[in-house]
Amino acid sequence: MMEFLSNPLNQICYLPLLGALVIIFFCKPGQSRAIKTVATVTAGLDFVISVPLWLRYVPEGEQFQFLFEAKWIPAIGAQYIFGVDGISVLLILLTTLLGFISVYSSFTAITHREKEYYVFLLLLQTGMLGVFMALDFVLFYVFWEVMLVPMYFLIGIWGGPRKLYAAIKFFLYTLVGSVLMLVGILALYFYNSTGLAAIGLPGLGNPATFDVRALFEIAPGIPHGLQFWVFLAFFVGFAIKVPMFPFHTWLPDAHVEAPTAGSVILAGVLLKMGTYGFIRFSLPLLPNATREAVPWVVALSIVGIIYGALVAMAQKDMKKLVAYSSVSHLGFVMLGMFALNPHGLSGSVLQMINHGLSTGALFLLVGILYERRHTRMIADYGGLAKVMPVYAMMFMIITMASIGLPTLNGFIGELTILVGAFNRSVWWAVLAATGIVLGAAYMLWMYQRVFFGELSHQENKGLKDVNLREQWTLIPLIVLCFWIGLYPKPFFRMLEPSIERVVRVVDPDYLEGRAMAVVPPLPAQGGEEGAEGDGHGGEH
Amino acid sequence: MDIGADLVALLPELTLTAAALVVLLAGVAGSGRRHGGLAVLAVASVGAAAIALKIAVDASDAGRVFFSGMFVLDHFAVFFKVLFLLTAALAVLMSLDYLARHDYRPGEYHSLVLLATVGMMVMASGTNLASIYVGLELMALSTYVLAGYFRREVKSHEAASKYFVLGALSSGVLVYGLSLLYGELGTLDLAAMAAALRAGENTPALLTGLALLACGFLFKVAAVPFHMWTPDVYEGAPTPITAFMSVGPKAAAFAMFLRVFLGGLESLAPYWVWLVGGSAAATMIWGNLAALTQDNVKRMLAYSSIAHAGYALLGLLAGSELGVQSVLFYMLVYLVSNLGAFGFVILLESRGYAGETVADYAGLARRQPLAAFGMLLFLLSLGGIPPTAGFMGKLYVFAAAVNAGYVWLVVVAVLMSAVSLYYYLRIAMQMYLREPAEEEGAEVVTARWTARAIGACGVFVLVIGVYPAPFAAAARATAALVGVTLP
Repeated sequence: MMEFLSNPLNQICYLPLLGALVIIFFCKPGQSRAIKTVATVTAGLDFVISVPLWLRYVPEGEQFQFLFEAKWIPAIGAQYIFGVDGISVLLILLTTLLGFISVYSSFTAITHREKEYYVFLLLLQTGMLGVFMALDFVLFYVFWEVMLVPMYFLIGIWGGPRKLYAAIKFFLYTLVGSVLMLVGILALYFYNSTGLAAIGLPGLGNPATFDVRALFEIAPGIPHGLQFWVFLAFFVGFAIKVPMFPFHTWLPDAHVEAPTAGSVILAGVLLKMGTYGFIRFSLPLLPNATREAVPWVVALSIVGIIYGALVAMAQKDMKKLVAYSSVSHLGFVMLGMFALNPHGLSGSVLQMINHGLSTGALFLLVGILYERRHTRMIADYGGLAKVMPVYAMMFMIITMASIGLPTLNGFIGELTILVGAFNRSVWWAVLAATGIVLGAAYMLWMYQRVFFGELSHQENKGLKDVNLREQWTLIPLIVLCFWIGLYPKPFFRMLEPSIERVVRVVDPDYLEGRAMAVVPPLPAQGGEEGAEGDGHGGEH
Repeated sequence: MDIGADLVALLPELTLTAAALVVLLAGVAGSGRRHGGLAVLAVASVGAAAIALKIAVDASDAGRVFFSGMFVLDHFAVFFKVLFLLTAALAVLMSLDYLARHDYRPGEYHSLVLLATVGMMVMASGTNLASIYVGLELMALSTYVLAGYFRREVKSHEAASKYFVLGALSSGVLVYGLSLLYGELGTLDLAAMAAALRAGENTPALLTGLALLACGFLFKVAAVPFHMWTPDVYEGAPTPITAFMSVGPKAAAFAMFLRVFLGGLESLAPYWVWLVGGSAAATMIWGNLAALTQDNVKRMLAYSSIAHAGYALLGLLAGSELGVQSVLFYMLVYLVSNLGAFGFVILLESRGYAGETVADYAGLARRQPLAAFGMLLFLLSLGGIPPTAGFMGKLYVFAAAVNAGYVWLVVVAVLMSAVSLYYYLRIAMQMYLREPAEEEGAEVVTARWTARAIGACGVFVLVIGVYPAPFAAAARATAALVGVTLP
């Protein structure tokens, strides 16, 4: 038990659960202050104790660190294994940070049924963290599904007018994907152990296990047919979560109807679970199928990038616009990942973080406006820069981060992805770059319509600028946007060895080839520090 | 043959039968309305039967047959007997306040519950089609009466008569199949049947008998297309009896199904897998789709229990040791989840009889947070969402089926369990997402013992969901022995 509690991953994962239990048992529904205090302290503390992961993780060391292993269901070989690599460390930090911010930002937005709200928010946090930590398929699957329930209630209870529809749509869409994934997991599991008798596939006779690391070992030898079907099963599960075109239709509904904090978590963390699933499981476990799937996945990603951007441009509702922009941005992430080279992959993971920060911030900003005016229609605003100067400035920074202006985070991520894509095919890069142009167009056009021009609506004249609490929900995100934009090296350093492991499995020739013919070095990555930042590519 | 050893092996059934008669007499002798005392007596006799079971197991070595090969007390039988005793105890507890509230005599009622339990226990132990059939009929006749126990309610009459007519028909089909098998093989003993089947060839009469037997069994587990009786009977029967019927007799039918089809008729597997597999697929699909449109919660749970029979059939199809284990484990999981869910219907049934529409749950989370949370837990468990027992049960069943190569059936199963979440969440939605002001929701009645029984189910649902190892291991020990007595 002591061992369990002394592991930092367990502490980080279950602290929010503990907070939720405290709220359930010790706070009465009316005690708004106490509930908020407990929730904020728990979420804040969770972030604080997750920072040492970043400091103590040794990128060059073992692949998975802070390991915790225990018996769980010995009969079927399911174990309780927590462990993190560079990719998951970054995503865990993103989760705890956004978790804290979403609690902190909900104080005034949520006014009824507060107790349940914070309980669900904290439970969701535990579920998400578990997904990023679990190294056993059953455990992973448990967390993956556990998190659906609180999100369902967050959308369904505190959402907008069509909340019931959005909540059930979100739940069923993601559930259908994940149950198919379960079939894929079982097929892999039996291939590793006793085989699938009736379809004539003998097993490898290894001890039955759901341990992901053990399955990594056998990955290259998995027969082609099985790889294909398992990849397909995983693909459905993860692609719905990402969401990739054409599985994205749940996203606008869920985003638009969810309360602000729900949208922040949804965009910031939940969508990353799909991409994380690809990079953690699909790529290293099913390398051959992955390589074969590249043209299809890339095609869907590029369609997603352009389609998402075009649809975003046509939106009248700010939140919907941001939601569709997510489809476009996640298309970038998938494109980079399926370039299957170190640039593409590390850009892809960094872009996950970037998207979490900037889209999270955008949802917070839209939420701030919505709280004041109870409308999200772009047409209801105009000239806001005059009455809300600080807000306008913050919105501008985040807009720039989102469209990829140099010195801000979006640029680094998109550039690295484009380099990776360019390495594979010029056309991928060209098509994806049009997405960036469109992205700039819809974001700036929205900004222009909301903030510039005449203050045409009477109601907007009295709008108050952001208060201190609201500023502090945004400042950490803005600081991080600049940090990644100016000095991304520590992030890349964190990711590199983990990424390289993936590339070595999924495309060993690439690394071989690179040793002989050096890939053209990355162009400067913006700002003075860019020259250092691009060092992440070639040297290793 | 040693009659003493035989009687020891039968001790739990004998104890329970005697207790049932005592309960019956006590009910008649008294002024007839001593609910508490009779319930205590019934639960105590279930406890006594459990102790008797322990004694019987200790006294006889597993795998030995009693009564000239009629009866066996292996781990498989013991596991099911424990399930049945648990079901009976919980059903009695859930009925306590309910009977008092509706003012029906408890004596005969509890006595019939105990007799049905005896029947189920015999079914689990039977190694001869004759003894299995005797157990089956004892169980069935008791539940027919119980379904119609609320004699002042038309619906209850309807349920009982439908159940009786269709149940008798299915028993007839079953016996007809059994007689054909007997005619061809010359024996009803499962071990002897297995030996004869391996030696002889498969005649048309034999296969007809097999098909009829399978139809009878599928009727008893309420699989499509033999499920028609379920929604009406479940809706009309007194709710605690619905809870009992949806769990106990179904588990008993699965015990008999496993024992006969995997023990006696395994060499005919190439013929019956298609029948059972097709029925399993149809059961999962139709059970879940039909449940989508139900507004009455009892009917919805009836269709859901049809669907669950479909999942469990996957384990039977898989057939391996893992398959048998998964069915047993699934039955345990299903028992705690389903009894819990029906328990809530009992609690809510304050306004009239069986009138619980989905809307009755509106806003329950605000007025009764604990009750709503419990119901949510059971619904998620039935839907198979972790960290509840339901997920672990499904994991085992699906794993067994994938292992046996029934991947297409598992794909159907997982997709259908996603569909099932829609109707389970409809109730969750009413409880949590609707404001109570919108509609007048039903009140929760205070029924201490029902609440405690539900609480026990809830604890099990969570414990099995988080740490299933010991429970699955118990099911495993039983599974390993299913074939031992049957060479």
